[in-house]
Amino acid sequence: MTATAETPQQTGLRQQVLVLYLASSALDARVVGWSTYDGTGETHPTTGDSDEPPYATGLDALKDGWRLFQASQLNPPYPGHEYDVSFLKHEFFFEKLV
Amino acid sequence: MPHPHRKHLLTSVQMAHFVATGALRMDAVVPDDMNQQAIEVLKAGIPAVPYGTPLSEAFVDSDFVQRLVQLPEVAGAIHSLVGPEPTVDHHAVHIRKAHEGEAQNLHGDAIIDVRTDAFDVQLMYYPQDVTLEMGGTLSVPGSHLRRTNESDTGRYQNLLGQTRLVCPAGTVQFLHHGIWHGGRKNDSDIDRYMFKIRFNPTVRQVRLWNTDDLYDEQVAAELEQNFPWYENATGRLEKYNRILLWRAISGDDTYDPNYWVTRVSNRPQRVVADRVTNPHGTKKEMV
Repeated sequence: MTATAETPQQTGLRQQVLVLYLASSALDARVVGWSTYDGTGETHPTTGDSDEPPYATGLDALKDGWRLFQASQLNPPYPGHEYDVSFLKHEFFFEKLV
Repeated sequence: MPHPHRKHLLTSVQMAHFVATGALRMDAVVPDDMNQQAIEVLKAGIPAVPYGTPLSEAFVDSDFVQRLVQLPEVAGAIHSLVGPEPTVDHHAVHIRKAHEGEAQNLHGDAIIDVRTDAFDVQLMYYPQDVTLEMGGTLSVPGSHLRRTNESDTGRYQNLLGQTRLVCPAGTVQFLHHGIWHGGRKNDSDIDRYMFKIRFNPTVRQVRLWNTDDLYDEQVAAELEQNFPWYENATGRLEKYNRILLWRAISGDDTYDPNYWVTRVSNRPQRVVADRVTNPHGTKKEMV
């Protein structure tokens, strides 16, 4: 018998997403940037709405129950572009199902 | 446009601050009588200017804007940053309505612009007192040298040490073309006005300011500053790129007090070791 996944309507669960940008590739490094998206629709986080990070480090987010589901890869710089600066490198995606 | 008096030009320390942060702020530099008029003038609209119009010709139909760009401190900053007779790229009146629900994504204007020895500046004029609730422009100090395209940075909602502008009426800030910024959500009961002009240089941007303090220690201190949102490693690359920009605008291609560039470009060619003879490299006679 094949199990079918329950829909969000059946479980009542929604995803909240926290994106943390860290000072190095270590998960316990300090937070330098953050974004949040709320699948419940109850809050509306947006650009420039806070000067205080939600956690001091990525590890602190884990301790508070956030589940890590993606971390940026460590890629060597393209030859000839070793000194270029661009996007933030150390991006970590967390979720909570609520 | 007359040449600004030397006392109104920026100093080297101020220019170094601009090179490090991508921004220069002048609080309440516009007099109150102009600020009082400004809202009505901006509501009525500023006549359009074709791209590339010389500044001295761009606002002949707007007495208010002519007065704004000819204020001694403002004219001195424009001259110091982009030189005499820049052209006007475009201008715009930005209005964030009271209780407007949306913030702009963090973005750089126009398209990715990787010039290393030239830059445009954007003048932003705020005629009202701007409170935190009014959603003054968000900008990110030291983001101007990042090579990103327009709103590809939209995922970043908040960065440590970002600037959420709160300022007195009459404030003008100058922003490097590459700086990450955005209009914040206005949660107040007051419509917020901002007038912006983008300037393109028409001369090489070398020592256009008051260089009396060119080698002041504070210049190096400005160029060496770190920002809280920088990653540890990339923050060092920022300093490397800043030094290159400072070299370009100061004309001193040796400037590097903390050796960020010198160290990684040092490839001496003088050989002092004895000549070696490789026995395996000797040509063998064919028999």
